[in-house]
Amino acid sequence: MTLPDAVKSTPRLPLDQDGGPVFSTPWEARVFAMTLQAHEAGVFTWSEWAESLGAELAGDDIHDQQPQGYYDPWLNAFEKLLTRKKVTGADQLAELKQAWDEAAHATPHGQPIELKRGNT
Amino acid sequence: MSHDHDHDHSELSDIELRVRALETLLTDKGYIDPPALDELIETYETKVGPKNGAKVVARAWSDPDYHARLMEDATSAIAELGFTGRQGEHMVAVENSAAVHNMVVCTLCSCYPWTVLGLPPVWYKSAPYRSRAVRDPRGVLAEFGVTLPDETEVKVWDSTAEVRYLVLPLRPAGTERWSEEKLAELVTRDSMIGTGLANSPFHQGSTA
Repeated sequence: MTLPDAVKSTPRLPLDQDGGPVFSTPWEARVFAMTLQAHEAGVFTWSEWAESLGAELAGDDIHDQQPQGYYDPWLNAFEKLLTRKKVTGADQLAELKQAWDEAAHATPHGQPIELKRGNT
Repeated sequence: MSHDHDHDHSELSDIELRVRALETLLTDKGYIDPPALDELIETYETKVGPKNGAKVVARAWSDPDYHARLMEDATSAIAELGFTGRQGEHMVAVENSAAVHNMVVCTLCSCYPWTVLGLPPVWYKSAPYRSRAVRDPRGVLAEFGVTLPDETEVKVWDSTAEVRYLVLPLRPAGTERWSEEKLAELVTRDSMIGTGLANSPFHQGSTA
């Protein structure tokens, strides 16, 4: 699995020997993949992303090449950049989060959690 | 995160809620395509995680004291090597021998020890694996290319949200003087789920 050079140059991105990304939990892979896709869809340039992530990492005392803990600031940066790009408002994300929480509570353990939505 | 034994409903952590909210939003706006997203994620499934588990297994093969600690309290023994889950799942190590072969499934959903094994392979989450692993474990093993002697008992462990299993595979013959680093290379992901065996030093090559 190789990544485009621009992506590889992302600040402090944990990579394995083959140049592939490294994750410690499934959600990390998910948010990483979403970031790539949003970038490819033209929501932001990769340098805008690197800057946004860099700012978030700067305040964070994590060690280089430690996958665990790296994707928390990544998620923060992703939310902030999408808000700045007016893809979302903070309220909208909070509402969706709430809806997912309710969906989880209404779903018996072991079944896929699905978001039931009205015609909004 | 607390795991009480209430299985009436599901629970998503705060971070999982944030990730799902983003996914819904970006899908609605047409910026991401969930099937393509899944496909991209599948390409990462063998990344790093299995190496963590392989280090645990190689240490247990090499160091009898570590082996004892792993069998006694796998969560702490695995944490000793720096691999800790975020949700405090309880890890249990089950050891293969000539008499017993262990295999792990999660029939209810797809609970998986990703701290040590990384992202779960697609088949682990599939309905056929989940339903057949318990009913016909030897048949499933055969499909993975594993045939065991008739006298070996196959034990199937069903993961839950609270307990995750790590299979400690048999150490391959002919590796007596091997270093831990070299041993770890023989430990495949599938051997730690129990759908495979550790690679033999004589014919290495399997990558899973």
